[in-house]
Amino acid sequence: MPEKNMVEAIHDTLDLLMAQDESVVMMGEDIGVNGGVFRVTDKMLGKYGAARVIDTPLAESAIVGTALGMAVGGLRPICEIQFLGFLYPALDQLISHVSRIRDRSAGHLGAKMVVRAPYGGGIRAPEQHADSAEAYLAHIPGLKVVVPSSAADAKGILVSAVEDDDPVIILEPIRLYRMGREQVPEELYRVPLGTARVVQEGTDISVIAYGAMVPVAQEAARNLQREQGVSVEVVDVRSLSPLDEETLVASVRKTGRAVIVHEAPLTGGFGAEIMATVSEQAFWWLKAPVQRVTGPDVPFPPYAWEDWYVPSAARVQRVVSQVMAEE
Amino acid sequence: MATWPMISVMGQDASHVSCTDEEALRIYQDMVVLRAFDEKTLTLQRQGRVGTFAPSLGQEAAEIASAHALEPMDWIAPSYRDHGALYVHGLPLDQVILFAMGRSGSYAAGVRALPSSIPIATHLLHAVGLAYALRQRAEPQVAMAYFGDGATSEGDFHEALNFAGVWQVPVIFFCQNNGWAISTAVSHQTHSETLAQKAVAYGIEGIRVDGNDALAVYGVVREARERAAAGGGPTLIEAVTYRMGPHTTADDPTRYRPSGELEGHRAQDPLIRLGQYLASRSILSADDQQRMAADSRDRINEAVARVEAMDPVAVEEMFRHVYQVMPNRLARELRDWGAN
Repeated sequence: MPEKNMVEAIHDTLDLLMAQDESVVMMGEDIGVNGGVFRVTDKMLGKYGAARVIDTPLAESAIVGTALGMAVGGLRPICEIQFLGFLYPALDQLISHVSRIRDRSAGHLGAKMVVRAPYGGGIRAPEQHADSAEAYLAHIPGLKVVVPSSAADAKGILVSAVEDDDPVIILEPIRLYRMGREQVPEELYRVPLGTARVVQEGTDISVIAYGAMVPVAQEAARNLQREQGVSVEVVDVRSLSPLDEETLVASVRKTGRAVIVHEAPLTGGFGAEIMATVSEQAFWWLKAPVQRVTGPDVPFPPYAWEDWYVPSAARVQRVVSQVMAEE
Repeated sequence: MATWPMISVMGQDASHVSCTDEEALRIYQDMVVLRAFDEKTLTLQRQGRVGTFAPSLGQEAAEIASAHALEPMDWIAPSYRDHGALYVHGLPLDQVILFAMGRSGSYAAGVRALPSSIPIATHLLHAVGLAYALRQRAEPQVAMAYFGDGATSEGDFHEALNFAGVWQVPVIFFCQNNGWAISTAVSHQTHSETLAQKAVAYGIEGIRVDGNDALAVYGVVREARERAAAGGGPTLIEAVTYRMGPHTTADDPTRYRPSGELEGHRAQDPLIRLGQYLASRSILSADDQQRMAADSRDRINEAVARVEAMDPVAVEEMFRHVYQVMPNRLARELRDWGAN
């Protein structure tokens, strides 16, 4: 089985999807001649032509809005938003139309489309290239929001998203794009949308994370096991909407403790939704208050501050230790 | 600098008219239906039987004739005032009334029309995408977006015309300049002398037409459609008309419309103008006009009766179509809702 990083896994999956279905088209800024700023669509233009690998003018609302028209017209567009922090002009399209067209047409029309967007910090990118906007997106009924944390999941999630009858936005953690290689099966396979994944089992506490925070949680778990003998269960949320409540709740009921980790700011962050779910469904199993490790309530800073902003394994370990000391 | 003459055909030499007498009569008949529909709906609204509603009074020629110039398999992307065009394109009146009653989207299966767009200008992009899909799938149709003068100030107007120009897709942007965006006059929307001239910046065709001249509207849309379907690219059409009624039933135009302005436009009433034209060609009699008006009222009353006889909405319908397959959490919310 070949070893791939996340960019290679996504690239090869897009290639497979483009090859097997002529209605699949890709569109975005600099995705054609340039192969995308992260090279996710490298060499696709030569292989599939400019009508299916569309270098669009520079306008995010139009990328998402025209994609909706294409989807209704029978194509399956995959939009690339160059950085999630540039998505905001397209929020109107996502909120007002993409997520609602099935409902507004009594189920007759659907937005069979995918938006891919690199997101998050950790690579010393220029200002405003590192936002985590998942909470805004997960608040939109009708839109599915998924976040892979491994190359293998990135492939299975992308296949499921492109085949889904409803619109899906995939947030691709920039920091994990080239972080390492892992085995990725050659054939097409699916990770069902709406499923979380227990990354490693443990008995003392659940650390619930997604995206680039999953490897951070895993690193913290290793250190906690080695240094303090704490057995951490790491859960990758993977699908923010629909949310796999069952897996999250089962883990917390088992361990009785939980820490939630995300990069986005604390207030109104997706961690609040997970906490509420845990509180509703696992309250009587809790041995200590649930805690969050998140970015502070400040805009994502210029990168000189990045290491303080993005949660680190050390911060996760500190908070886990505090939670373990309760009772 | 180019000038932007307003194309008008009624009252000109008959050679300017591209519309057959039969088609002109059908357009007139549907304009009568739309006028009667708005009158009925305004009455229902005052009686509390339908909700807030955007009437088309004064814009019947632009609404109806433009849609008559399309083919059934063309796509339209309407805004909330375009029930006349939707009706011509195949949407049953029942569906329009249900929309006004707050019960459903203005959509019917099999009709190539998107649900009416409420946020201004956002749907122009959908028409561009639909046109892209038509070309990509080698379907010989076009897409047409309906919008007003206010929409030309939105960013999505710019993005849609720009993408359409770059892609050269078969799309028509049909702008009804009715003079007012709620209380804001078109002179406060833009410093451009016309809206049609904005096409120049996008490298696409721009046309200005007398929007109260049904046959001129039909002709320019037909021409734009043929050009688009033949691969000749997009067109921006500015149909100059006048909103004789309020923005919606919730609006009071006496707060902002200069006194006397409405009266100045009454002679341009598109229904009167087309009626006189058809009468002058001896293809429409006073009896015909009375019969059409009576038929329209009957059909509308029947549609209202059908819709009012329907069962009340069920809570479940609010949940059913948000996703193709209802996620577990939403299914639980629905169960909880039923239990409350």
